[in-house]
Amino acid sequence: MGQKITIEPVTRVEGHGKVTIHLDNDGNIEQTRLHIVEFRGFERFVQGRPYWEMPVLVQRLCGICPVSHHLAAAKATDVIVGAGTGEGLTPTGEKMRRLMHYGQMFQSHSLHFFHLASPDLLFGIESDPLKRNIIHVALEHRDLAVQGVMMRKYGQEVIKATAGKKIHGTGAIPGGINKHLTEEERDYLLHGDDYMNIDKMISWSQDALEFFKEYHKKNKAVIDLFADFPSSYLSLVRKDGALDLYHGVLRAVDTEGKKILHDVDYQEYYKYIDEEVKSWSYMKFPYLKEIGKKTGWYSVGPLARMNTAEFIDTPLAQKEFEFFKKYNEGKPSNKPMHAHWARLIEILHSAEKIKLLLNDPQLMEGELVTKGNKQLEGVGLIEAPRGTLFHHFKIEENDMISMANLIVSTTNNNQPMNEAVNQVATRVMTGKKEITEGMMNAVEVAIRAYDPCLSCATHALGQMPLEFEIYDHENMLIERKFKG
Amino acid sequence: MTEHTPNILVYGYGNPGRQDDGLGVKLAESLEKWIADNHYSQVHTDSNYQLNLEDVATISAYDMVIFADASKEDIPDFWFEPLEASDRVEFTMHAVSPAFILHLCNQVFNHQPRAYLLHIRGYEWEFMDIMTDKAKKNLEAANDFLQVFLQNLIQSDG
Repeated sequence: MGQKITIEPVTRVEGHGKVTIHLDNDGNIEQTRLHIVEFRGFERFVQGRPYWEMPVLVQRLCGICPVSHHLAAAKATDVIVGAGTGEGLTPTGEKMRRLMHYGQMFQSHSLHFFHLASPDLLFGIESDPLKRNIIHVALEHRDLAVQGVMMRKYGQEVIKATAGKKIHGTGAIPGGINKHLTEEERDYLLHGDDYMNIDKMISWSQDALEFFKEYHKKNKAVIDLFADFPSSYLSLVRKDGALDLYHGVLRAVDTEGKKILHDVDYQEYYKYIDEEVKSWSYMKFPYLKEIGKKTGWYSVGPLARMNTAEFIDTPLAQKEFEFFKKYNEGKPSNKPMHAHWARLIEILHSAEKIKLLLNDPQLMEGELVTKGNKQLEGVGLIEAPRGTLFHHFKIEENDMISMANLIVSTTNNNQPMNEAVNQVATRVMTGKKEITEGMMNAVEVAIRAYDPCLSCATHALGQMPLEFEIYDHENMLIERKFKG
Repeated sequence: MTEHTPNILVYGYGNPGRQDDGLGVKLAESLEKWIADNHYSQVHTDSNYQLNLEDVATISAYDMVIFADASKEDIPDFWFEPLEASDRVEFTMHAVSPAFILHLCNQVFNHQPRAYLLHIRGYEWEFMDIMTDKAKKNLEAANDFLQVFLQNLIQSDG
C-alpha cells in the first residue's frame, strides 16, 4: 500500500512547518516536501511607514534573530541616507555594528550547538526523545550545560552594550550608530568575573570545537554520511575572499567549488537572484537566474560560508578552517551535518573578533553617523547566523516605504532543506513497515542542521505541534502521530 | 527593607511590537519607577522577547522570581500562581518556558528560586506597538496587585 507520511511540526525548530513523505506501494520514497503553513505579509505591513523606522520596526518580525534584521535594515537605510553601501560609515559606526553582530552570532550559534544539536550528538538520534534535551545534557555533562548558558548570556550582554537594550534595540540607525561603548561596558566584557570575560569565551569556543572533533572521529557515519547531497553555496565574502559576516560582495560556488556568482555588488542582487512560488508552501524558493529554477538553488549559512570563503582573518579560527578544508580535500563540504562544525568555527571567529573590537579605542570615541544625499532605494545584506539575509526598500519622495522585499536566511535554504528531508527519508524509511520516532527524528535532525527559523521565514506568529501523518497511495489517512 | 528581604526579580517577557504580547514587558517597565521611587533596592526587573537559556544564569542570582507574560487564556484580567519547575521540553527550543528555566537553573546552578507566574490577559497580537484598551486595564490591575504583593512581602520580612 502506498503511504504519505506527514511530520508536523518540526520540533526544536522555530515556527511552523510540516513534512510530508509519500511512499509508493513498495515502500519506496515517491516524494518529500517541507511545507510552510502560516503566512503573515510583513513586507506589505511596512509599506507607508517612514524608512528611518525600519531598523527598529523589522525586529517585530522575529524574537529569535532581531539583531540580524535590525542590522540588515540599518544597512539598507544607510544607502537611502547617502551613507554608502556598507563602506561609508565612520570607523566607530561600523565597528560598533560589527561588535553587535558578532555578539549576535556568538549567542545564536551557542544556543544552537549546546541546546539544539548537542542532545542529538550526545545521546544519539534514535535515543529516547525524553532524553534528547538540555536538561539531560545538564544531568550528564554539567560543564557543557554551564558553558551553553554562559556563552548565550555573554552574547546577549554584547548585544545589550551595543544595541542599547535587549528588546527593540536602537543602536543601529540610518547612517551609523547612536552610542559609543562605555569604558565600564568594555571592561565588563573584557575582564568580567563569573565566567563573563572574553578570554573564557574563546577558551570555551575552542573546547566546543574539540568536543565536536572528538565526536566526529568516533561517529564519522553520522557526521559525514547523514543526508549528504550536492549543493551550490552562496554568501557574502570580503572583497579579498575572507569570511566576513557583516559586509562584502555576493559569491556563489557550485558543488565542486567553482564560482557561479562572481563577487557581485549586492545592491543589484535582483539581477542575479529570483524567487519561485510553489503552491504547496508559503515560503518562496530562491534561485540563481543564470542557472535557472530547476538547478539554480543554493544553500546559505555557516556551511555555505566555509565553502565560499578562502580564509578567515583571525588566527585561531583560521587554523580550524584549514583543518576543515583539508578534511574536505579543499572542496566544498556537501555534508549538512558539517554545518555544526562550521557553526563552531564561526563561534570561535566571533569571539576572536569581539576581543579585537573591545580592545579598539575607536569604539569609545569618534563620529557616530555619516550623512549624504538621499537615495530612493537601498539594499542591505548581512550574514545572519542562519545565512544571508536580504532587506530591500524603496521609498517615495516623502520618505515613506513604497516597496519592501525581504529574503530571509531560512527562505534561501528552502530547497536544500527539502533535499535533506528527501535524502534522510529515502535512507531511513524506504521499505520499512512502521515509522518509528527515531526515523521521524532523523528527518528533523536533517532540518535542524540548517537551524531554520520558519516563523521568520514566513513572517508568522506562533508555534505549532508536531504531527506525522501516513497516507496510502489513494491519500487515505492510515496513521497519525503527534509530537511536541 | 532589611537584609531578610529576599532578592526579587520581576521578569516580563513578550514582544511589544505585537500589541498585547508586550504585556509582561510593559509590567516590568511600569514597576521600575515604582521600585526607584520607593528605594526597593532588592527588587529588580528584567525583560526580553522570550525566555531562553541565558535566563537560567539571570534567575540563579535571586531568591524569588516573578515571571510576567501575556495570556491568551480565558482569564478575567490577570492570574497569579506559584510556578513549579518542569523538565517538559516545549515544541520550540528557540524559546523555553518559565518552568523549564526553573528546572534547568536547579540542574546547572544547584539553586531554584521561589517562583510565581503572573498571566495578564491580552486580546490582539498584530504587528503594532499599541496595546488594546482592555489589555491596558488588565495591566493596571496586575500592576496594582503586584505592588501590594511585593509590599506585603517586604513589610513581613521587615
